[in-house]
Amino acid sequence: MTAPKFATGQRVRIADRTPPMHHRVPSYAKGQVGVIERVCGMHGEPEKFIRGNGQPAQRLYRVSIPQPDLWNSYSGGNGDILEIEVFEHWLEPAA
Amino acid sequence: MTDHDHSRTFQADHAEPTSDAARIGLALRELLIEAGHYTVEEERAVIAAMQGASPENGAKIVTRAWTDQSFRQRLLENGGAALREVGFDIAPYEFTVMENTDNIHNVIVCTLCSCYPRSLLGMSPAWYKSTVYRSRVVREPRKVLAEFGVELDEDVVVRVHDSTAELRYMVLPQRPAGTSDWPEEKLKSLVTRDSLIGTQRELLS
Repeated sequence: MTAPKFATGQRVRIADRTPPMHHRVPSYAKGQVGVIERVCGMHGEPEKFIRGNGQPAQRLYRVSIPQPDLWNSYSGGNGDILEIEVFEHWLEPAA
Repeated sequence: MTDHDHSRTFQADHAEPTSDAARIGLALRELLIEAGHYTVEEERAVIAAMQGASPENGAKIVTRAWTDQSFRQRLLENGGAALREVGFDIAPYEFTVMENTDNIHNVIVCTLCSCYPRSLLGMSPAWYKSTVYRSRVVREPRKVLAEFGVELDEDVVVRVHDSTAELRYMVLPQRPAGTSDWPEEKLKSLVTRDSLIGTQRELLS
C-alpha cells in the first residue's frame, strides 16, 4: 500500500479529461477545485477494469466542493457543499 | 428420496430475457459460471442476502448510535468496522455514515449510476435510480428536498454526497426531541428508508 499523496484539508484540482473507457468522474466535477474531505482506502482503478482487474489499486479520496463553484446561479445557501469520491490519479495540487 | 422428487424439478432461476441487453447479460452470466468464476450456489447466496436486507438493518444501526455514544463515534469514524460489530459487512465497499445535525443536512445520490448499500438496506427505491433525481439533487438539492417535504432554514448547510466510486453511504438522522425515555424498539420504528438516504429529516411530526 502506497502512502497517500494528499492530506485532509489540502486543495486539489480534479483533472478535466475524458478517457474513452468507463471512468468514475462525472462531467460536472471535471476541472473543479475542492478540498480533501478524507483519505479513503485503496481500490481497483475503474479505467483498468476494461482489461483485467483494475490493478494496481489506486488511493481514493473524498473531495468537498462548494456548490456555488459548481453551478452558475446556484439557488441554495452559500455554505452548501457537494462531496464526491475521486481517485488519486485524477487529482493534482491546487493553489 | 422418491422417484418423483419435486425439489429436483428443473426451473430456471431467471425470467426469460425480453431485451437484447438482458440476453447479453444472461449469456455473460452463463459464460462466467461455465468458466468457473463463480458457482450458481454462490450466486443464489448473494441474491438471498440481498433479499434479506432491508431499511430495518439501517434502523437498528441508527438506534444503536442514538443510545450508545461510543458506538456512534466509532460508526462515524470507521463505518465498516462499526458495521461488523453489529454483524453486517458490505466489503469490499467502504461504509460511510454522515450525521445530520441542527446545522447540517446530508443527502445521498449516485449521479453516475445508482450505487446504494443494497446488501445492508435492500433494493433502492425507483426514484433513487431515476435520471430526474440523480441529475437534480446535485444541482438544486434544496428544491428537490422541498418536494420530498424537507424544508430547510437558510442557515442549515446541505451536504450532497455523490457516491461515485467505492463508498456506500447512510445518513444518521437526528434523534427527535422528547424521545429520551423511549425503548429501543419504539425508537427503531421511527427510522425510515428515506431518512437513511436524506430525503426525510424530521422523524416525528
